[in-house]
Amino acid sequence: MGVIRRTGMFILQVNPILCDGFGHCAELAPELVHLDEWGYPIISQEPVPMADIGAYQSARYAERGCPRQALHVTKMSAPAPVSNVPLTRARPVSRERRTL
Amino acid sequence: MIQAHTLPRLFAGATNKPLSLTEHERMFEPSGDVSNLLEELDASGLVGRGGAGFPTTRKVDLLRHQRGHKYVVVNGMEGEPAAHKDNRLLSTNPHLVLDGAEMLAQMIGASRIAICVARDNPTVVNHVERAIHERARRNLRGPGIDLHTPPWRYVAGEESALVHWLDDNESLPQYRPGRPHILRIGRGPTLVDNAETCANVGLIGRYGAQWFRSLGTSEHPGTAVVSVTGAVARPNVLEVNLGTPLTNILATAGADTSPQAVLLGGYGGAWLRGDQINTPYCNESLSEFKLSVGAGIIAVLPRQACGVAEAHRVVRWMAHESARQCGPCAFGLPALADDLLTVVRGGRDGVAAIARLQDRCGVIEGRGACRHPDGVVRFVRSSIEVFAHDIDDHLRGGPCAGARSNQRFLTVPALEHEEELIWE
Ligand SMILES: Cc1cc2nc3c(=O)[nH]c(=O)nc-3n(C[C@H](O)[C@H](O)[C@H](O)COP(=O)(O)O)c2cc1C
Ligand code: SF4
Ligand code: SF4
Repeated sequence: MGVIRRTGMFILQVNPILCDGFGHCAELAPELVHLDEWGYPIISQEPVPMADIGAYQSARYAERGCPRQALHVTKMSAPAPVSNVPLTRARPVSRERRTL
Repeated sequence: MIQAHTLPRLFAGATNKPLSLTEHERMFEPSGDVSNLLEELDASGLVGRGGAGFPTTRKVDLLRHQRGHKYVVVNGMEGEPAAHKDNRLLSTNPHLVLDGAEMLAQMIGASRIAICVARDNPTVVNHVERAIHERARRNLRGPGIDLHTPPWRYVAGEESALVHWLDDNESLPQYRPGRPHILRIGRGPTLVDNAETCANVGLIGRYGAQWFRSLGTSEHPGTAVVSVTGAVARPNVLEVNLGTPLTNILATAGADTSPQAVLLGGYGGAWLRGDQINTPYCNESLSEFKLSVGAGIIAVLPRQACGVAEAHRVVRWMAHESARQCGPCAFGLPALADDLLTVVRGGRDGVAAIARLQDRCGVIEGRGACRHPDGVVRFVRSSIEVFAHDIDDHLRGGPCAGARSNQRFLTVPALEHEEELIWE
């Protein structure tokens, strides 16, 4: 394994349509997620530096551990979030889509 | 040809039945000045009339650079209960809307147009159907036009819900992380535009940008079709010059001359205080009050009305209209309605409810798949701010006379289990 350079930022995003509100993610990534009074995750949409390794690993745990696969870690070099493939209907990522 | 400075534009030649294709063509004779549609649309500064007020040219540009079998969707769903503008447009001159849709299709290279009208409006559906047949008989070249009639619901008119309906027969909004996002029917990139927006494109394509900009303001050019309701002698749909003082619009409709407040935009909109109604009606002036023209609703609330009780009814209904896909919307909106009811009832519980309302608004905002909850939050925040005096009275002395009178001014469809009288 070489040296992994951790530059850029990431955000953790939830698909509110898939999310069931059992709040698993708040246990897996307590530093990023807290729950509202109905049990649904509130996640800061401020980009977090990749250099914050603990936070990044938690985000990955949450992403993998979410029973509904409702969570997604989005890496970005530019500050704006990148468009994802609609999760309701997984389609191959086309070239057009990446240009958005 | 329609003269540049005259009103009505979109409603030119209106009678009580829709203009036939021949009448429409005679009325809206092209000037022949338009050589490049895209440039004219860009120069026109047209912004969407469906609510968000986004520049139409930017949407067209985004779609133009996509590849595939593209669609244009005309949004004539008229989700706002107080609005009648798209229905009126489609019942007055459906061909102007369809012309605009065809021009949009030409600009982005779309091969099909889907026009969507709620099936709950059989007359409008008929008018549109007849217009499509008329065009088919004429054998006009151009993309095929299909009529679609989803059932009416507030969120059915939201663009991703509309596309979902066309794709899969379900009026449910879709999750779209990151913007801009290209909506798709099947794999086909789809442009969704409001019926009034399309009608304006129809005018721009005929007479050009300069003509279009001769009415309205520099930032918000053209006309707007507004639905004036509430405490109004003649509730009506009017076409107004953008930038006209709101007072004049209210006077035309015979509204209460010193209202308590005026709701602008729709049920996802916000209130303008009664002492501010001389503000010009256009986005650049309204944005000072964090308001916008939105979907063109102007609902007048008279002094004797209870703003909090009205707000409660609206929010209760909006909560009912949630598609209930997302937790913060499905649970949050009814919680907001409950809080508002507690405020209406007043007393010490009301004080706690106001604090809770503020918190919950912050928690809910931005957490739905669509902007439905954000609209409700905007409406609630504005209601708390504008009716602060009323609220104080309620908290101190219980429901005011307006709340107890059971006289209501905003159009809210009945719910199945409507709240019984809130007090004895
Ligand atoms: C909850 C919700 C309901 C909406 N309902 C309608 C509607 O009934 N009709 C409409 O034209 N736009 C509606 N919109 C706005 C559309 O999503 C979309 O912005 C619009 O059709 C785009 O057209 P425009 O660019 O021509 O304004 C709604 C938006 C939301 C968030
Ligand atoms: S773990 Fe997934 S499904 Fe469960 S609350 Fe968190 S995001 Fe929602
Ligand atoms: S935010 Fe509300 S209305 Fe929009 S998709 Fe989610 S549940 Fe449905």
